Amino acid sequence: MIRAVMVINTQGKPRLAKFYDIQAVEKQRELIRSVYGVLCSRADNVCNFIEAESFFGPDTRIVYKHFATLYFVFVFDSSENELAMLDLIQDGLLASNTCPFSICGNVGQMFQNVCELDMVFNYSKMHTILDEIIFGGQVLETSSTEVMKAVEEISKLETASNAISLVPNLFRAESIAWSLK
Amino acid sequence: MEQLKTIGRELAMGSQGGFGQSKEFLDLVKSIGEARSKAEEDRIVLHEIETLKRRLSEPDIPKRKMKEYLIRLVYVEMLGHDASFAYIHAVKMTHDDNLLLKRTGYLAVTLFLSDDHDLIILIVNTIQKDLRSDNYLVVCAALNAVCKLINDETIPAVLPQVVELLGHSKEAVRKKAIMALHRFYQKCPSAVSHLLSNFRKRLCDNDPGVMGATLCPLFDLITIDVNSYKDLIVSFVSILKQVAERRLPKSYDYHSMPAPFIQIRLLKILALLGRDDKQASEKMYTVVGDIFRKCDSNSNIGNAILYESICCVSSIYPNPKLLEAAAEVISRFLKSDSHNLKYMGIDALGRLIKISPEIAEQHQLAVIDCLEDPDDTLKRKTFELLYKMTKSSNVEVIVDRMIDYMICINDNHYKTYIAGRCVELAEQFAPSNHWFIQTMNKVFEHAGDLVNVKVAHNLMRLIAEGFGEDDDTADTQLRSSAVESYLRIIGEPKLPSVFLQVICWVLGEYGIADGRHSSSYITGKLCDVAEAYSNDETVKAYAVTAIMKIYAFEISAGRKVDMLPECQSLVEELSASHSTDLQQRAYELQAVIGLDARAVESIMPSDASCEDIEVDKDLSFLDNFVAQSIERGAQPYIPENERSGMLNISTFGSQDQHEVSTHGLRFEAYELPKAPVPPRVAPTVSSTELVPVPEPSYSRETHQAAAASSVSDSGSSELKLRLDGVQKKWGRPAYSSSTPSTSNSTPQKTVNGVSQDVGSTVNSKARESYDLKKSQVEINPEKQKLAASLFGGSSKTERKPPSASHKVAKASSHATESSLVPNKAVVTTEVVSAGTNHQPPPDLLDLGEPSATSSAPFIDPFKQLEGLLDPTLVSSTTNNGASGSSNAPDIMSLYADMSTTGQSSSTGNSVSADGINAIFTSGFSTATSTDQGGVAVAQSSQLSKGPNPKDSLEKDALVRQMGVNPTSQNPNLFRDLLG
Repeated sequence: MIRAVMVINTQGKPRLAKFYDIQAVEKQRELIRSVYGVLCSRADNVCNFIEAESFFGPDTRIVYKHFATLYFVFVFDSSENELAMLDLIQDGLLASNTCPFSICGNVGQMFQNVCELDMVFNYSKMHTILDEIIFGGQVLETSSTEVMKAVEEISKLETASNAISLVPNLFRAESIAWSLK
Repeated sequence: MEQLKTIGRELAMGSQGGFGQSKEFLDLVKSIGEARSKAEEDRIVLHEIETLKRRLSEPDIPKRKMKEYLIRLVYVEMLGHDASFAYIHAVKMTHDDNLLLKRTGYLAVTLFLSDDHDLIILIVNTIQKDLRSDNYLVVCAALNAVCKLINDETIPAVLPQVVELLGHSKEAVRKKAIMALHRFYQKCPSAVSHLLSNFRKRLCDNDPGVMGATLCPLFDLITIDVNSYKDLIVSFVSILKQVAERRLPKSYDYHSMPAPFIQIRLLKILALLGRDDKQASEKMYTVVGDIFRKCDSNSNIGNAILYESICCVSSIYPNPKLLEAAAEVISRFLKSDSHNLKYMGIDALGRLIKISPEIAEQHQLAVIDCLEDPDDTLKRKTFELLYKMTKSSNVEVIVDRMIDYMICINDNHYKTYIAGRCVELAEQFAPSNHWFIQTMNKVFEHAGDLVNVKVAHNLMRLIAEGFGEDDDTADTQLRSSAVESYLRIIGEPKLPSVFLQVICWVLGEYGIADGRHSSSYITGKLCDVAEAYSNDETVKAYAVTAIMKIYAFEISAGRKVDMLPECQSLVEELSASHSTDLQQRAYELQAVIGLDARAVESIMPSDASCEDIEVDKDLSFLDNFVAQSIERGAQPYIPENERSGMLNISTFGSQDQHEVSTHGLRFEAYELPKAPVPPRVAPTVSSTELVPVPEPSYSRETHQAAAASSVSDSGSSELKLRLDGVQKKWGRPAYSSSTPSTSNSTPQKTVNGVSQDVGSTVNSKARESYDLKKSQVEINPEKQKLAASLFGGSSKTERKPPSASHKVAKASSHATESSLVPNKAVVTTEVVSAGTNHQPPPDLLDLGEPSATSSAPFIDPFKQLEGLLDPTLVSSTTNNGASGSSNAPDIMSLYADMSTTGQSSSTGNSVSADGINAIFTSGFSTATSTDQGGVAVAQSSQLSKGPNPKDSLEKDALVRQMGVNPTSQNPNLFRDLLG
């Protein structure tokens, strides 16, 4: 089971945190801090796996991926496969990049890069996407096209019901250009 | 870049005008992003909370605004601040009809609330309604919330609807319903136990997504109970086959792999189902073999499937063909450049090695590369592998490696873990007791108080019991070598408490046993310990008891004992200690010293810690005395239960019998009012009930304290007997005061106390082994040697314990005049005889002792064989050995030096000039934070800071270091280096 998903920036600020088993706010904060402490001490060319028993209890590990200014972290137990989790991170990124609002989603996909600001401004959408991929701590849907289809449908409905767009197009384009730097 | 950033941001801000999020939110994000300190960030967030509180209390907030506020609050709470004031608004938003708002409400609620929050009650109704909604997106949102918010109490409220949704027309809903049911099962298995068959049914769902989702709960169920799902093996195999043959829709392909996550899950399930079941496993062989063949190993996900297949193969009943395929994949993993794959490879190797141990040999070098990799995760995984493949032939190398690693990490959790592993391996495979003691010393020295106390007891027991054979000389040697090593270590500052306890105990028990050290020397050392660790009462107690033992041995040997002045003052100080235990021990010590040899001999028999103690519960040794007393007219003992009657008799007729009955406390409930109490009944009742306790309990206390002073002689009047066992027999204190004391109970007590002692240990030979290590870390041939010692190659001679090869290196280094040429010559001449002339492997214990002088003639067969295979290899190793501590100019040796010096500085020894160089280089190379050198420097800086609060001690240590070796300026150097 997946215990938690976190996105932390390189300065240790949480950008997204979702815990699938219930944790007190204080505890969550502490966990994020300790995970960050381990992550930032790791060199670039080492593997993406860390044993996490010292902070998440027995039989837990972490898979992380470092993109631009963000760490994407999955915490899970032995019922999941490390490499598969690593790909899931990629997958989630893909999905969040092929975002239907984006006029240049493809560019984003090509570079598989998520800008930190995107993350913050699309806060609720990130949650939507994550909910499509991981459900109650289990991997629910792994095909990124399926995920996108679901998210698309939701957002279509949402836009229909209310003209609030989650991302300003112009800004999005700009931020991607920025993140490619 | 910087410019672009600003432009980007300005554009972002400017573009906000007509869109959903307000400028305020963007400003908040921006200002938090730019906050320089935690305090500043907190201030901003608190301000934001204030604003939001104010806004939320305004009437008639537009819904769109409300949505944004909630998102902002979620954000605030993620940053670790309390947003509980807004929970109710989130709950309210879930009631909204608008899908977007509802979803936002649910999102906020799932993030805010835990499943036992009071507000859940308000949501359950909404969830129920939403689960019945026509709009499947609403249903999905509700199911999402169900997973997070429903606890075992509220499960019944939504369960029927969730079960109904299993048959929903939309696959997305079915999928989520299954997951929700799975969640219920995790939270409260009994609530859904009757519904488990639904999972089986859904396995046959038309939609692959739903089928895939079903595998999650099935995996959990099968983990718990394999047997009732054996019938599904055929279905799982056929599903896996279809998936692997790409029968699923294209949309499930991922990096051109067909539905990899489903494959992984199925393989996991098959691994469970096929475990130890030949029949079941046979059904799987074909499909798993197919996967091995078809899988593309260029993509991450392909490798994930391959890894899972290996796990499956290693779990099910072994099949040689599949094992072969698995081994091939493993070698591909290990050879890859990617650390991730290496990690998986090592892990897979660890699984496969249980079935086919020989597979490890092919990958020796790859494993050693991983062991030396700077990546901590990989290293730890490799240790895990080594742990699994430890045998008595390679235990020394593996444990050495583990200890080396343990020394250079700071992570206490893992340190504890790996120390535990070291101890476990050492206990299980130790080639000799001596090695065990040395290893334990190292573990204690470096992991100290992280080690389980039991380990210390085991160590003390081992030293006390020796080899368990009747070989007394070996035992004595072992003990005196332990004593020597402890005496060397004891002066070091900041030893772990547990270790000091062991040291004190061993020194007390065996410090003067071999006659090499005088009692005043040992007691002086023990006094130093007690003084230096004055905060640690346990250590002090051990030290005092040890001192007492030393004096006792001296006295019983008939020598005159002069107490050292510092010892005297220590005892005085302790006898006024706040700790009763310390006081007691101090008095014991004083009392023992005043006794004659015979008495002391019986209190403190030498080397009796292993003797079995038989407790004479009946105190039969007192029988004679009792008989005598009775002859002389004393009253016979009357058991307590009979005594009440007697008391009655004795008090009968005395005038104050009514008073007695009224004074005491009465514990029984008030009786029913009886009009006239018969005068004879009342006293009987009261006197039996009363049996007063305060006095005896007082006497017991004092007696214990006195008994602790372990005194036997009946003559000394102020000495009292220990009455633990006696109490019952002799009852009232009035009896006991006249009882003469006996000696038998006291040795029991002290010996007991001794055997309860706890301690820890340091290694004396640490440095030697580091010297050895140096030659090991060096270059490729060295690696090969390590590999040979780890994996024990296929040739017979290679199986020899690694200590042999160490020894040769050492031996040749001692014999400096033996140049390489004669060595080689000998190798070539004796090569023929090498195979047959199998010399017994020299023991690691007498390393550097008599055989060290044997130079050229002494050649290890192992060495010879190596020479036969690769003469250059021999020359290089011998060269390294010969060069000893003089440094070779290559980087590897610098590295080796570095660890040596780091070590030696922490053990208070000198650092040679090249060591300092090494530390300099390491200082520059600390870019990688896991750098060993960095740690070494840090360690030594700790030393130079002087961990002991007492200045004098620090100075003393410094002086000692400077004194021992004039070249050692390390403390100052480190101070300079680190400012």
